[in-house]
Amino acid sequence: MKTFSVWLYQHRRGRLALLLTAPMLWLVVAYLGSLATMLVSAFWSVDTFTGKLVKQLTFNNFSLLFTNHVYRDIALRSIVVALLVTVIDVLLALPIALFLAKVLPIRFRNFAVVLIVLPLWSSYLVKTYAWRTMFSNSGVLAWALKPLGITPPSYGLLATTLTLAYLWLPYMILPIYAGLERIPDSLLEASGDLGASAGKTYRNIVMPILYPAVIAGSIFTFSLSLGDYIVVKIVGGKTQLFANVIYDNIGTAGNLPFAAAAAIFPIVTVLGYLFFVRRSGALENF
Amino acid sequence: MHLSKSARYVLALLTSITLLFIYVPLLVVVINSFNPSKTFSWPPSSLSTLWWSKAFHNEGVISALMTSIKAGVGASVIALLLGSGLAFAVARYEFFGKETISLLVVLPIALPGIITGIALNSAFRIILQPFGVGLGLFTVIIGHATFCIVIVYNNLLARLRRVGSTLEEASGDLGADTWQTFRYVTFPTIRSSLVAGALLAFALSFDEIVVTTFTSGAEIETLPQWIFNNLFRPNQAPIVNVVAAVLIIGFALPVWLSQRLSQGAPAGGRI
Repeated sequence: MKTFSVWLYQHRRGRLALLLTAPMLWLVVAYLGSLATMLVSAFWSVDTFTGKLVKQLTFNNFSLLFTNHVYRDIALRSIVVALLVTVIDVLLALPIALFLAKVLPIRFRNFAVVLIVLPLWSSYLVKTYAWRTMFSNSGVLAWALKPLGITPPSYGLLATTLTLAYLWLPYMILPIYAGLERIPDSLLEASGDLGASAGKTYRNIVMPILYPAVIAGSIFTFSLSLGDYIVVKIVGGKTQLFANVIYDNIGTAGNLPFAAAAAIFPIVTVLGYLFFVRRSGALENF
Repeated sequence: MHLSKSARYVLALLTSITLLFIYVPLLVVVINSFNPSKTFSWPPSSLSTLWWSKAFHNEGVISALMTSIKAGVGASVIALLLGSGLAFAVARYEFFGKETISLLVVLPIALPGIITGIALNSAFRIILQPFGVGLGLFTVIIGHATFCIVIVYNNLLARLRRVGSTLEEASGDLGADTWQTFRYVTFPTIRSSLVAGALLAFALSFDEIVVTTFTSGAEIETLPQWIFNNLFRPNQAPIVNVVAAVLIIGFALPVWLSQRLSQGAPAGGRI
């Protein structure tokens, strides 16, 4: 122990190697290696009789994904849902963040932030399950809306979109709240003193400053929605989203290569989304 | 910005509605767990603790809970070792490729869980299975550790950057060797951030279902998997309700406590 300690003291590079070797092996070999294996297996196929992997180069998985209109429809639907979830979350998050940061007295602020963050930590599955009981035919929404003569939506695409928006809402509120808190009140007062109305101040001062925060939140709401297959299984009825295609091919069909090929769609879409928001200049302020 | 009185009232109203939107579903699950009826209907006709006592003796729930705890502890221990190694290297040393590490470490959590899940699944099936290593608790722990590393790494890196290295240099100047400096100077300053990182990593692992589904195989079942598998079985609904209610209350308490203790908002699961 003593000699090793002395050796470490004298060898800075040795200490660094000791710290880095295990985690780098894990992340590079185990994780990047797995991603690479997945990408390679996307070009393989499965023997339909034996169910075994055929390790020969083929583009069949990709051509099936591109030519079959079922997959195109599901992909399009998933992108629309992910965008809708993002829009709903922005609309819900803006007023609540504005209220927390600029209206609520400071002494209540921390408590209010905890109120918002708390459900972020409760179980993802339980929150989804909660919405299953809300949307159920004999559920809370049906009971509450009955006196008004309204039948709430049953399990389906609308229920899925609302539940996803519910799940990722705190991810949108927190960055917008943080962005608003950074805007000094004097800046807003100056705008008012110079004759701008509240609406004009909001458009010309607040929105440009908030834009990067909204983008930061949207990265979570968009990519988390795109990769989700559980919510749609629980509250979506018979609806399918793209992640279900991946899931079903791993599970029941046992077609790993096809699932791997399908998995490239969310990766490319999320990277494309990141590239799109980066070009708009929003990421530079991070 | 000068908000008119009516604008403030509208904002307060919208905020209250959103808070209702956030809390009502959770409250419904908790109330519903006391519903004695076997089939779900709202509102419950009466309240009882019948299913609570049954849930605590349900073998499926208990064994799933045990699996989740084992997986969480295993993943947190690995994440603690690997994540703190990385954090120390990035905070205290200069080396080639340092900037890439922050990207690499966040990738398992930034990509959708299903990607990490099937990547590990394909690797386990193609590379590990020929060696006779099947899917099970071991592969679940590997999967969870992969996305938990970043939690420990972020917590510890922030602490290391804040305290700087002057204390460690002083300790070295006063004649302490590497081990003594770590034992008496470094460790006491980072202990609480290690505890926080490990707790968050455990919570993340405990709640995870997607990566778990792809790495667990048919032999074992974690608590989220148990909930998911029993969600669609009508006669298990009352037990699922109780487990869900326990998780809502059980997750709220530690976060509320840590908030009271640290006076700072804890970041979200994936942030």
